[in-house]
Amino acid sequence: VSIAWYLAVSAIVFALGAVGVMTRRNPLVVLLCLELMLNGANLALIAFARMWGNGDGQVLAIVVMTVAACEVCIGLGMIVAIYRRQLPLDVDELRELQG
Amino acid sequence: MSSVLFFIAAAGAIAGAIGVVVLRDPFYSVLALVGHLLALAVLFLLLRAEFVAAVQVVVYAGAIMVLYVFVVAYVGESASSLGERLPVPRYGVRSGPTGGAGLPAPRRGVRLGAALLGGGVLIELFIALLGSGLKAIGGHGAPYSPGPNAYGTPAYIGNLLLTRFLLVFEIASFLLLIAAVGAVVLARRRGGLGDRAAIDRQESIVPLDFTRPRGTGTMAEGVTGLDFAATHARAGANGGEDGEARPDGQLQPATVGGGGEPPDGERRNGEGGW
Repeated sequence: VSIAWYLAVSAIVFALGAVGVMTRRNPLVVLLCLELMLNGANLALIAFARMWGNGDGQVLAIVVMTVAACEVCIGLGMIVAIYRRQLPLDVDELRELQG
Repeated sequence: MSSVLFFIAAAGAIAGAIGVVVLRDPFYSVLALVGHLLALAVLFLLLRAEFVAAVQVVVYAGAIMVLYVFVVAYVGESASSLGERLPVPRYGVRSGPTGGAGLPAPRRGVRLGAALLGGGVLIELFIALLGSGLKAIGGHGAPYSPGPNAYGTPAYIGNLLLTRFLLVFEIASFLLLIAAVGAVVLARRRGGLGDRAAIDRQESIVPLDFTRPRGTGTMAEGVTGLDFAATHARAGANGGEDGEARPDGQLQPATVGGGGEPPDGERRNGEGGW
C-alpha cells in the first residue's frame, strides 16, 4: 500500500474531527473530536516520516501526543469545574466571554 | 497481507471517527475513540513506527481514555442528556426536547454549514496531500532494514529524543508539569483561593499549616471544607447530622464548594458558613 493511502485516511479522519468540533455541543465530545483531528495530523506525520525514512516526524508525533495529553488534562479539569459551578455543559450556552 | 491489514485498520479508524462524531451518548463516543486509537496504532505499526504505536496504545488508549471515562462517569447523566437536545435560548427558540430531525432551524443551519465546511476541508486536504506532486507519495516508503537500532524502534526514537530533540523533550516535560498543576487548580473542590475569609477566620496556627497551607485543595479540605474547626463544632452541635447520608440517598458533604448554590440553601442559610 503506498503512502498516499495513509495520507487519504489521515485527511478523512481530520475532516471528520473538524465536522465534530463544529456540530457537537457537549464540550466532552468537542474534546474527543479535537483528539480525532490531532490523530489525523499524527498519522500524516508518521506517513511522511516513513516516506523519507527519517525519524523526525515520529518524534514530532510523540510531542503532539504530549500536547494532546496536556489539552485533555486542562479541558477535563475545566469541564469538571463547569459542572461543579452548575453551569450548563453546552458550548453554545457558555458564552460569557463573547462580549 | 499488509495491504489487507491496512484496509481493515483504515476502515476501523474511519468507523471509529464517525462513531465519535455521530454517537449521542458521550460514553459511547469515548469507546468509539478507543477503537479508533487502536486501529490507528495498527496503521502506525504498518508504517514501521513501532515505538509510537506502543505509546499510542499504552498512553492514549490506556491512560487518557480512562481519564475521559472517569469524567464522563462523574458528569454523568447531565452530559448525556445534553447531547443535542437542549433548547437554544439564544435564538428565542424554546422548543423543549428535540430529536435529530426536529432541531430548531438555526441548529440545522449550523449542521449544514459544518458539513459543507468539513467537506471543503477534506477536499482541500486531498488536494494538498495527494496532489502535491511528490513522487515518493506513490511509493512504499524509504528502504527499511530490520535490526536492533532500525528505524522506529525505541532505541532509534530515544536516541533522537535525547540528542537532536533534547530541547523539545525538556519543553514537553515542562508543559506536562504546567498542565498537571493547572488541572489541579481548575478541578479542585473549593472555588480556588478566593475564600480568604474562611482562611483568615482560623484562630490558631498548627504546624501542618506550614507544610500544607490552607486552601490548597487537600483531600481533608475537600471533605470538610476550609473552615475545619467550625465545621466540626457545628457537626457536634447538630448531633452529627452533617455528612450523613441524606434521605434521597445522596451523600452530602458538610460544606459544598464555593461556586454554585448549595442544594439545601434554606436549611443552612442562617448558619452563615459561607
